[in-house]
Amino acid sequence: MAEFFEMGGHGFFIWTSYAVTALVLLHGYLAPVLRRKNLIRQLGSPDRGPGTK
Amino acid sequence: MAMRKPAQPTTSRSRAWRWFHRFGSPAYFYFFAGRWAPRFGHLAVAFFLAGLYFGLVVAPPDYQMGDSYRIIFIHVPSAWMSMFIYVVMAVSAGIGLVWRIKLSHAVARSCAPVGAAFTFCALVTGALWGKPTWGTYWIWDARLTSELVLLFLYVGYMALLAALDDWKTGSRAGAVLALVGLVNIPIIHYSVEWWNTLHQGATITKLGRPSIDIRMLVPLLIMFAAVNFYFLAAMLNRVRCELLDQERRTRWVQEVVNG
Repeated sequence: MAEFFEMGGHGFFIWTSYAVTALVLLHGYLAPVLRRKNLIRQLGSPDRGPGTK
Repeated sequence: MAMRKPAQPTTSRSRAWRWFHRFGSPAYFYFFAGRWAPRFGHLAVAFFLAGLYFGLVVAPPDYQMGDSYRIIFIHVPSAWMSMFIYVVMAVSAGIGLVWRIKLSHAVARSCAPVGAAFTFCALVTGALWGKPTWGTYWIWDARLTSELVLLFLYVGYMALLAALDDWKTGSRAGAVLALVGLVNIPIIHYSVEWWNTLHQGATITKLGRPSIDIRMLVPLLIMFAAVNFYFLAAMLNRVRCELLDQERRTRWVQEVVNG
């Protein structure tokens, strides 16, 4: 198991690559999902639209 | 006086035209995207998991690079998507510019963050692959530099959209930028042939003698499918936001908002 994570001494490069890609892609998927939910909430209350608190 | 109703032509051309109009309507597309984005998302997850298993566990180490080559399974698909999405974005923006189709602009605007993310991943994974293989994270080589220019094109396009308050003006200005930037795509693609670069040539499309082991090719192809499904899912989710925002005064959005 430890051998698998070491990747013949290249573990750092491989796992950093995969982790960065996973985080970037996950964020890219979730951001618009959350934005749409916020947008619907915002449009539902016209007197508390953008620019007002 | 009886008015005779004009005969409706029912040729396949008019049917295709009606379908085109319905599909292009923001309300229809919003619900269409809502159905398909999660499906593509699930497919992407399934393909990513399979690709990771075959790429990291099943595939053997490379005879020259050892295990570090395993970065290929995310690097090459990311790099491919960075260019492919740019073409989709520029073509869609161009269609929006010429025929003034709102949906085309929405698709173009939604492609940019996804393409930029893949470009960023291609550059980062390339750097992390370059260090153990070439001994350096970065070099001002033709392939690397043109890919960095691609990132700047995406960022410039998004900055332009953000700077122009009017959605239509922004979309049209962005379309011009996206179309001009299209010249960078063949430069990236052929950079390894036109210039003497450190970056290696094509891995898959090399014809003739097989240059890649089947156990390495299969996970690579699985990852290609995964990133394409991911692109569709992420892009459609963004299109939904654009359409809701732009059509906020219409009845269908009011119906969506009020449940």
